[in-house]
Amino acid sequence: MGKLNKTAESHILEIIERYKNEKTPLMLILSDIQKEYGYIPLEVQELVSAKTGIPVAEIYGVVTFYSYFSLKPKGKYVIGVCLGTACYVKGSQQIIDKFEELLNIKPGETTEDGLFTIDALRCIGACGIAPAVSINGKVYSKMTVSQVSKVIESYRKEVANV
Amino acid sequence: MAKVNIKIEGQSYQVEQGLTILEAARACGYEIPTLCNFNHGECSLASCRVCLVEATGARGLVASCVYPIEEGMEIKISSPKATKARRVSVELILSNHSFHCQQCDKNGHCELLHVAQLVGAREGKFFGEKSETFYDDLNPSLVRDTSKCILCGRCVNRCVNIHGTGILGFERRGFKTFIAPAGNRGFNESPCLLCGQCVNVCPTGALMEKSEIDKLDAAMAAGKYVIVQTAPAVRAALGEEFGLPVGTPVTGKMAAALRRLGFYRVYDTNFGADLTIMEEANELLSRIKNGGTLPMITSCSPGWINYAEYFYPEVLDNLSSCKSPHQMQGAIIKSYFAKEKGIDPKDIVTVSIMPCTAKKFEKERPVMEANGLRDVDIVLTTRELARIIKRAGINFNKLPDEDFDQDIMGDYTGAGVIFGVTGGVMEAALRTAYKALTGTERKPIEFHEVRGLEGIKEAEIDLGAAKIKVAVASGMRNASKLLDQIKEGKSPYTFIEIMCCPGGCINGGGQPFVKPMLMPNEDDDIFETYREKRANALYSEDERQVLRQSHNNPQIIELYEKYLGEPNSHLAHELLHTTYNKDREQYPTKK
Repeated sequence: MGKLNKTAESHILEIIERYKNEKTPLMLILSDIQKEYGYIPLEVQELVSAKTGIPVAEIYGVVTFYSYFSLKPKGKYVIGVCLGTACYVKGSQQIIDKFEELLNIKPGETTEDGLFTIDALRCIGACGIAPAVSINGKVYSKMTVSQVSKVIESYRKEVANV
Repeated sequence: MAKVNIKIEGQSYQVEQGLTILEAARACGYEIPTLCNFNHGECSLASCRVCLVEATGARGLVASCVYPIEEGMEIKISSPKATKARRVSVELILSNHSFHCQQCDKNGHCELLHVAQLVGAREGKFFGEKSETFYDDLNPSLVRDTSKCILCGRCVNRCVNIHGTGILGFERRGFKTFIAPAGNRGFNESPCLLCGQCVNVCPTGALMEKSEIDKLDAAMAAGKYVIVQTAPAVRAALGEEFGLPVGTPVTGKMAAALRRLGFYRVYDTNFGADLTIMEEANELLSRIKNGGTLPMITSCSPGWINYAEYFYPEVLDNLSSCKSPHQMQGAIIKSYFAKEKGIDPKDIVTVSIMPCTAKKFEKERPVMEANGLRDVDIVLTTRELARIIKRAGINFNKLPDEDFDQDIMGDYTGAGVIFGVTGGVMEAALRTAYKALTGTERKPIEFHEVRGLEGIKEAEIDLGAAKIKVAVASGMRNASKLLDQIKEGKSPYTFIEIMCCPGGCINGGGQPFVKPMLMPNEDDDIFETYREKRANALYSEDERQVLRQSHNNPQIIELYEKYLGEPNSHLAHELLHTTYNKDREQYPTKK
């Protein structure tokens, strides 16, 4: 340990403190850390372990079990492609393939410029608008393969204009 | 306890309420095959699906290891539906398993193979994709091979239950799941104690000790003076590998077997244990007299040393600076013995037969050497010794009882023998400290206060001039309670013995496997009683010894007179004492 800077360490301790009266605080703590930092690296898990008494291996197991949690920083834009049953039969596999091809990354990976991460999701409950793609909370309904490059470009422009 | 009426295969039984179907069936004389369940639900994830049975009131088949019995329940173990389901469960496990059975060191003790035979699983029934697998042998002690892992979770539970450390955990999910230290790191890059308790509970060959038999073969082939020593706990369990009842002491046969394996000298680590007591008891007395750091804690158990360095660096000053007995003996073999015999110590290879996997790591520590020579070159577990005895075609059970070699370091006392059980080092040290303080031998010789298999024992000991409080702990979850007291400055004790494995070395991670399903001739409760039976084998050997206090070992006295001078002398410190690492990182940054 000791790789965390002081500010991050004290903030994470504060998050852990929030749930000290919970019987099973782990998910709550990890959710907050994920929300506020975008990822939960091993040194943060070590800190959570030291304060809660939960073994690091168990925490690591939880972090790798749920796709919501991430071990590495995610990109500025997280592209969630739904691969649930309804979206899948409507061709979402081709859509995620196209994202992978154009961004040259696999699901769970982030582009080198730190802009995009692709996440494979399992049913986001939007079957009526299948195939669905969700980017940083914005939902794209009835997505088609031909729209993929335009969507990526729109975010690239957004960054360039800032 | 209330009773309930159940039927198994149409026969009526009355059993205790609150049992699972598996436990109830066992009480009625049925052994339902299972893999993931063990030790009364210590691990019971119902993950293997091997114990499926039919039960009235349940929807479909149920996992008997977790399903509770109810009044009037009718259970069918051997219905065609249940029989087939169990067979398919095992066939599915086998479809994702690496088949290298004849070269697997777990062969003969593999619960998966045993259960596969019981349920009639057909080989190669299901073909398809296999999970990604990982192999870790980057540490000197343990090998993790996930291609043989069935994800039962026994190792995960065992580690957290006895040590509180929980090094192993499940990672990822679904078909990609595997068991590993956090981040799929090697054991060498995580705060693993290397105690091997996970190896002892693993039903397959996924976790094993790292064998050093090849190193031994190379040393023999090179014509070196290969000198072997055996730890006290080995004799209490080695017989199990040859079908002898648990708790049969095999000291004489073991010495005979080692001689037939071609070792130049066959010695007993008990000599080293006696030497440890001379150093450690004197260190304790000097700390008491000169205001040194107290309580002093024993340092024989390498798993415990790993724990202290990783989790309690604050207490390292409390540890005795003594090396463990086999390291001391190794150092003496390569110095004093070599000098007496006129052998160049560079031509000596020292081999330790240990009940322990952590000893394999301990011997590799940079500080475990003197004059540029490693104290100990090779460490084999009790199980590895059994393997080379069998390989050599030696009919162990027909061997005569022979003695260890008697020259230079052949004598040992009962105090050395009991090192192998929790409380033994404490008792041995007290026997010698009593003599040093009072000038007389204590009567009775035994300190019954520190015996027994409880996780923490404490006692007040009258040493004539002074009364001291002592404590004994095994299993790191227990030890941490005593260590927290020290950290808070509230420890009432003067002397503490800590052993890593619960019950001490007799239950070490290198000992023969105790698997009730593979031991039909042992008592039903063998999993509860094997530690006591092995401990009794050591206590009875202590009672048979004429000499029972380390300071009365004539060859130890001779060693000090001729070579070392006195306990804790300058030379003794050079050869027999060590230092600890205060800066050991739990999860070092990867390079």
